[in-house]
Amino acid sequence: MNPEKKFTLRDAINQGLIAGIITALISMVGMVELFSKRQLIANVMTTAQVFILIAPTLISYQSAKKAAKNNALASGAVTGFFASIPVIVLVLLASAFDLRQFLINVSPNLITTLTFGQGAVMGSLILAVISTSVGLGAAGLYLSDEKYRKPILTGLLWTLLVGMFSEILQERLRAFFGIPFTNLIIRSKALQPVVAVILLVGITAIAYYWGQRGASFSERIANQSATQRRNMTIAQRVAFFVLLLAMPLLLGSYLSEVVNNVGIYVLMGLGLNIVVGFAGLLDLGYVAFFAIGAYVMAIMTSEGFLGVTQTSFWVALPVSVITAVAAGVFLGTPVLRMRGDYLAIVTLGFGEIIRIMANSDLLKPYIGGAQGVLQIPKPSFFGTSLIQPGQLYYVVLAGVLLAWFVSTRLSNSRLGRQWMAMREDEDVAEAMGINLVNTKLLAFAIGAGFSGLSGAIYASKLTSIFPHSFNLLISINVLSLIIVGGMGSLPGVVVGSLILVGLPELLREFAEFRLWMYGALLVVMMLAKPEGFWPSAITKRELHAYDENIPIEEPVAAD
Amino acid sequence: MNILTAKGVTKRFGGLVAVSDLNIDLAQGSIVSIIGPNGAGKTTFFNCVTGFYKVDEGEITFDGNLLNHKSTDLITRMGISRTYQNIRLFANMTAIENILVGEHPHLKTIWAEAIFRTPRFLKEEKDAEAEARRLLRYVGLAGLGDSLARNLPYGAQRRLEIARALASQPKLLLLDEPTAGMNPNESAEMMRFIKNLRDDLGITILLIEHDMRVVMGISEHIHVLDFGQKIAEGTPKEIQRNPRVIEAYLGRGSASGLEAEGVSATV
Repeated sequence: MNPEKKFTLRDAINQGLIAGIITALISMVGMVELFSKRQLIANVMTTAQVFILIAPTLISYQSAKKAAKNNALASGAVTGFFASIPVIVLVLLASAFDLRQFLINVSPNLITTLTFGQGAVMGSLILAVISTSVGLGAAGLYLSDEKYRKPILTGLLWTLLVGMFSEILQERLRAFFGIPFTNLIIRSKALQPVVAVILLVGITAIAYYWGQRGASFSERIANQSATQRRNMTIAQRVAFFVLLLAMPLLLGSYLSEVVNNVGIYVLMGLGLNIVVGFAGLLDLGYVAFFAIGAYVMAIMTSEGFLGVTQTSFWVALPVSVITAVAAGVFLGTPVLRMRGDYLAIVTLGFGEIIRIMANSDLLKPYIGGAQGVLQIPKPSFFGTSLIQPGQLYYVVLAGVLLAWFVSTRLSNSRLGRQWMAMREDEDVAEAMGINLVNTKLLAFAIGAGFSGLSGAIYASKLTSIFPHSFNLLISINVLSLIIVGGMGSLPGVVVGSLILVGLPELLREFAEFRLWMYGALLVVMMLAKPEGFWPSAITKRELHAYDENIPIEEPVAAD
Repeated sequence: MNILTAKGVTKRFGGLVAVSDLNIDLAQGSIVSIIGPNGAGKTTFFNCVTGFYKVDEGEITFDGNLLNHKSTDLITRMGISRTYQNIRLFANMTAIENILVGEHPHLKTIWAEAIFRTPRFLKEEKDAEAEARRLLRYVGLAGLGDSLARNLPYGAQRRLEIARALASQPKLLLLDEPTAGMNPNESAEMMRFIKNLRDDLGITILLIEHDMRVVMGISEHIHVLDFGQKIAEGTPKEIQRNPRVIEAYLGRGSASGLEAEGVSATV
């Protein structure tokens, strides 16, 4: 985008090679092969092919964007072509030598996938042709008018998504419409080609229509009177709540289970969001409070030999939360005088201490050591035991709604402003009469409370807990989901949890590459969208401080 | 009656004595300046008064209370408020939010009330915002309440910082170079503004300033520091004629030339 620096042929080639190396890398770590079994469109396309083509597509698009207008097509094609070179090299090497000695994942199966089953030479040619045309297509898309580009992209994206999740969709469609109808759309866990085309065309058309007419529609909304608008928001909220309540019916038990897992993380994320996002205190031992909540719940309610009181879930729940809050205050009091990195290290240590204590022989008679606590009953509600994921969903939902409510109310209050000020400049905040220790302690305690609540629900959801479920990785997961969603943003926590917790559960192939994906995603996010997917207003301001140069005139005179 | 008394205040940083055996008395309702060359210990003294630094020796009393071991937030609550040499607003918060943070010491509701939105909380928030808008108008920034502090022009940022300091309803206001970086017109306006603050609100004002026009124009009393020690004090007239001051500012042997230099350009 720099006018002085010309985008030359060499740049296009470089970009292409980078894309190719990324693709080769994804192949070599085994991701492509794993996904080759997940079909997108029956007998036409697998998810693996999406993975092969995604880097060339994106980078060709970029290189078309950087090139001069009249060279855009050419440079897209060049980038696309050169993106295939590293992959072809990999294919040829693999067919000439036995690469599996060093690279276990370069299996014959992978090579078949990469060459579309056509043998090394023919396959390489096909790969080069496809890659070049993808590059050309991406460049063409860039050159096309915005009013076509957006709908096409939307259509492509949705078709890919529907295809990727067709296995789950199939199960749901069967539940609602029966097998014969489902088979028309999805056969053997993949979209029927005709349906894929209809989807692509249909969604593109709808998106195009919306692009043309959406503006007048939102204008009409803007022109509504205040009461009308209020009625609209009320209607929207009611609809949203009804949808939330009806969720388990729509989703079925497998998806409900996934949603519950996401919900547990949302709850933790909302808590950590107060600590990190609002108050700016980096806490790396957040899992400790989760563990404390879980263990208190476990020991109080367990019907096994470790259970002491066998109280009901509803009595144990507040006790877990209060214990977690107390632990937050207990940890916070000595360490909150520290700043930044020091605080991170101390909290990291605390998280580990709790896990090691749970694992220790010393406490084994009370909390079971490595064997954990078993036979925790599921919560019951007026006599009915909430065994189904669809029933437990409501417990998780209630927790999330409570945490959400408290978070919004607090962030719009004096305490929220105190946190914000403290995050901006601790010294000045103190000079405004803000007691730093109390303010930080409140953030810490409330965050710990949400985490404890989450842990308590988690324990009775799983019915057994073990120390190793409370490792550092959970803290890191929660922190990552906040970063990905957008620091300090409540919807961001939900988006982050869906991406980092929900997606890997749905695409089970990811499981092995979970951390790999986290790392890659975080790096990409930091480069491309540092404020997260759904940023809060204030982080957006911070990170785009110098993009918006809105000059503000000094007022002429005070009235 | 003295509102602030500093007796024998000493602050050391390792071997460096930043402030040494300093005695300063501030009469209630006066405008007093501290001047001196760079590194004379003026800002260090401010930091000692606001509790940001702990003094090594000596006593600072405010309104009859010893400040020595009080924390910064407590001192602010007692009625001392300050601005900074390099503006330190909460840059990513709006002007109104900045002032609302300044009002913190006077807000009474606790966080639980915020969750339940009790009538008391709602009323307090409403009053606080009205007060913030009033202060904004008072410093001449009416209508800019919702813009980010960062996006305000320089002069407006200075005034916003003062508004934020006023929000805590201080009895003593410490201004650290309030006219730094301003042109003569803006400085003159700031001077009038500071005078009005004292006259309208009865706030005692202690300022650090380099611009002699401002210092001589509004101060009723001046303290001169050099290398952490007080070398002179008195009315503007006395200070202008004091040979030690002239020496500190212009070097030995320059005393005779002073009348022609900047200091005489005062009134």
